[in-house]
Amino acid sequence: MADEPIITFDHVVKEFQRRGSKTPFRALDDISLSIAPGEIFGVIGYSGAGKSTLVRMINALEKPTSGSVVVMGTDMTRLKERQLRETRRSIGMVFQQFNLFSTRTAAQNIAYPLELDRWRQDYLERRVAKLLEFVGLTEQADKYPAQLSGGQKQRVGIARALATNPRILLADEATSALDPETTGEVLQLLKRANEQLGVTIVLITHQMDVVRQIADRVAVVSDGRIVETGPVYDVFAAPHDPVTRRFIATSVSGLPDEACIERLRGDWPGRIISVLVRQKDVPARDGHGAVPASGQDVSALIARHGVHSSLIYGGMDTVQGSAIGALTYGFDETEAALGPFLEDLRRTNDIIDFGTAAAPRRESHAQAGESGERKETK
Amino acid sequence: MSIIATGVVPAFAAPLAVTERTQTFASRGNWTVLKPLLVQSIGQTLEMVLVTLVIGGFLGLVLGILLYGSRPGNLFENAVLYRILSVIVNVIRPIPFIIFLAAMQPLTIKVVGTSIGTAAAIFPMVIMCTVATSRLVEQNLLPVDPGVIEAARAMGASRFTIIRTVLIPEALSPLILAYAFLFVSLLDMSAMAGYIGGGGLGNFAIAYGYQKFDQTVTWTAVIIMIVLVQVVQAIANAIVKHRQRRFS
Repeated sequence: MADEPIITFDHVVKEFQRRGSKTPFRALDDISLSIAPGEIFGVIGYSGAGKSTLVRMINALEKPTSGSVVVMGTDMTRLKERQLRETRRSIGMVFQQFNLFSTRTAAQNIAYPLELDRWRQDYLERRVAKLLEFVGLTEQADKYPAQLSGGQKQRVGIARALATNPRILLADEATSALDPETTGEVLQLLKRANEQLGVTIVLITHQMDVVRQIADRVAVVSDGRIVETGPVYDVFAAPHDPVTRRFIATSVSGLPDEACIERLRGDWPGRIISVLVRQKDVPARDGHGAVPASGQDVSALIARHGVHSSLIYGGMDTVQGSAIGALTYGFDETEAALGPFLEDLRRTNDIIDFGTAAAPRRESHAQAGESGERKETK
Repeated sequence: MSIIATGVVPAFAAPLAVTERTQTFASRGNWTVLKPLLVQSIGQTLEMVLVTLVIGGFLGLVLGILLYGSRPGNLFENAVLYRILSVIVNVIRPIPFIIFLAAMQPLTIKVVGTSIGTAAAIFPMVIMCTVATSRLVEQNLLPVDPGVIEAARAMGASRFTIIRTVLIPEALSPLILAYAFLFVSLLDMSAMAGYIGGGGLGNFAIAYGYQKFDQTVTWTAVIIMIVLVQVVQAIANAIVKHRQRRFS
């Protein structure tokens, strides 16, 4: 991030007047963040967290109550309507409900921003054909939105947003109305736009999977505030905030939940222990020391201590090229070697000890290590 | 003002004029006299309805867009403007047209120069039509997906461009049906033009049918009106059906 940021939020506050109330509703509370050119920046939060308001400030569809939003060197809060319209043409936007013009064909939808930009007809046609090809919809050029599938509609939406060669693409829940398979296709298309066209993407979503698949960095928004921000791997591997942990639980599959542990106890009366897997160290984001890797030497330790083990549950995901997940082992409680083994295991790994069927336990957060990439107990 | 020249029959300004009365008594059942009168009446009706539809329909579209756009949360939200326009519309619209026609007389004289004849009937019709259209337009613009408008804003479209290239095209099907509905209302209004010498089919039915106890004449006028309405409605339905097949 040596480059000058392309988008900077500086202490942005947005308040909405509430009907029948003197105190306004604070949708965004002191937001500061910067986005580098060329990156895919995810903003994740529950609905109502303020993330849609946040992204709409980048193209000034919403104006902050206080603070400034600087986009490509221009303070968006100071622009007049006319200048704003010019700037908006270099910021594309994709929507959850696609927002295509129903009386225009796919090609005509894509042509719309070019018409606004007064492109010459022959250039315009060539540009539209190129965009249709880029999103793989050449065959569908003359179809109306009603005749297209959800995924096709969103691809038209993306082509339309990219038409004027914008430097920034805002995606507001762009995949939330799509099925998982189509979501993957649309995300790959966004990724391709990012890589081939160099467009900076700001991705608003409530799906952690979306962030995991394509984002470089992520900001977690809760109640109008950014509770956590950093490279996607770091946030996944060592989340600080409970909100972040809840989001990660929806995307990283390895940890057994309460019901699952009950089921495992039925099959395995012995000691049950989950080991968190974190392929690499996570540098500190808040100056409290790095969070070390975990789960890298389990097999070696089992072999060295000669304990009997059984792998009974687990899951692993790749985030930005590195593994994240958890593995759950069953051990024989009566074995003498188990004590020293667990001591060694604890030293180099983040673990959660669920105890045995006869003496179940659930380790508190602190006992399991300071980082804790684990679900809040439900 | 009349589209069709009245060579054979002297134009009748007020139905109760003595000369006209003697004239028209002779017309009872006599279709060589009635036929040109009927043709003239159809011409007057079409003139009143179409001229009103074009002028009042356009003004109503503008007023309707102002109502829609000034609503809280819309394109150029302005609570004061919305209140004012809304009150004006709400005050004028419920007035029965026949009373409105009479009440408007002083203003009609000022604007048109006379309070008698087809042109004098068109003026209050235009005003009533504008007001009625505005509400129809407002109601039919409201369901347009705000997301589509936001998309156009995000692409840097001006408000006027959005109205022209997004709002109206997106709402065109219901608007076409609204204008067909309006055509029927205007036919209804034009029937009262006879009271101020505006002529038309309504006047024809009353003056030569009802008042001369000639059911054939009355029903001829009724049937022509029905046919007019059916034709207009059928055209509107066909257009909308064609659009629906492609756009939804």
